Amino acid sequence: MKMEEARRLAREQRDSAALLGLVPYAVYLGLRIDMADPAAPVLHLPFKKSLIGNSALPAIHGGVVASFMESAALMHLLLMLDEQRVPKSIDFSIDYLRSAHAEDSYASCAVERLGRRVAQVQIRCWQANPAKPVALARAHFLLAGDEPA
Amino acid sequence: MSNQHFYDTLRRSYATSVPHVGELGIELTRIDGEAAEARLPCKPEFLGDVERQLIHTGVITTLIDSICGIALLAHIGKPTRIATLDLRVDYLRPSRPGKDLVCRAECYRLTEQIAFLRATVWQDDPAAPVASCLAAFMRTGRPGETSARSGLQ
Repeated sequence: MKMEEARRLAREQRDSAALLGLVPYAVYLGLRIDMADPAAPVLHLPFKKSLIGNSALPAIHGGVVASFMESAALMHLLLMLDEQRVPKSIDFSIDYLRSAHAEDSYASCAVERLGRRVAQVQIRCWQANPAKPVALARAHFLLAGDEPA
Repeated sequence: MSNQHFYDTLRRSYATSVPHVGELGIELTRIDGEAAEARLPCKPEFLGDVERQLIHTGVITTLIDSICGIALLAHIGKPTRIATLDLRVDYLRPSRPGKDLVCRAECYRLTEQIAFLRATVWQDDPAAPVASCLAAFMRTGRPGETSARSGLQ
């Protein structure tokens, strides 16, 4: 399915399956998109055992938290911008504030700078208590812009 | 416990005590006090861009975080509680499916409480990395404490 149609379904029907389908790894992690507030989508990572990185605590793998937040930023851009192709990651930086428990995780994103070629995205990840983030991250993405599809 | 014995223990317990690593299919190929290396065979579900056929950068970050942790434990040389404080990854080149990802991580500065690591990820050619990373870890156990909570025993 074309990006345009997938985006329309997500925005208008709140059905993000097609948009997620463009990013197989997001599907693999089990990502969901909550479009209750279309202006501020919340990315949702339901807990599953295969995400555990430390069986003793247990805690979600730090790498999973990072890739969830990277995926969240990517999906946020696909939803909020009108890009015709999936933006490319330039860099990603994450600060871990607390260990992520064996429970659902959420992320919200903000595009703090949108240029013609580069977008800067701030990402916040939390679990049960939104006031106590598990991690904060930022990422730069290269936009396709006018590049022919 | 001799260092070699500890490396063997780390290698054995890695996949079982870190379920997500087993799930992804990360294979440790080197582990000693200097560095840790691992290989991750790519799966179709690792794609982040179907149209361009690119591996999702999150897969690379997960690989890096895992191997940095192993490299640090091996560098310390005994069971220790550690936690990632931060990591920053630069995606230097697109990575393609059909080729394994190889990660090498090393601890280049260790203090009583903090460790600094760097990692590189490549596919065919170590001289043409797809990603490079700097990370800081904290030794979360109190001095002298060895704990089962490291998850790697």
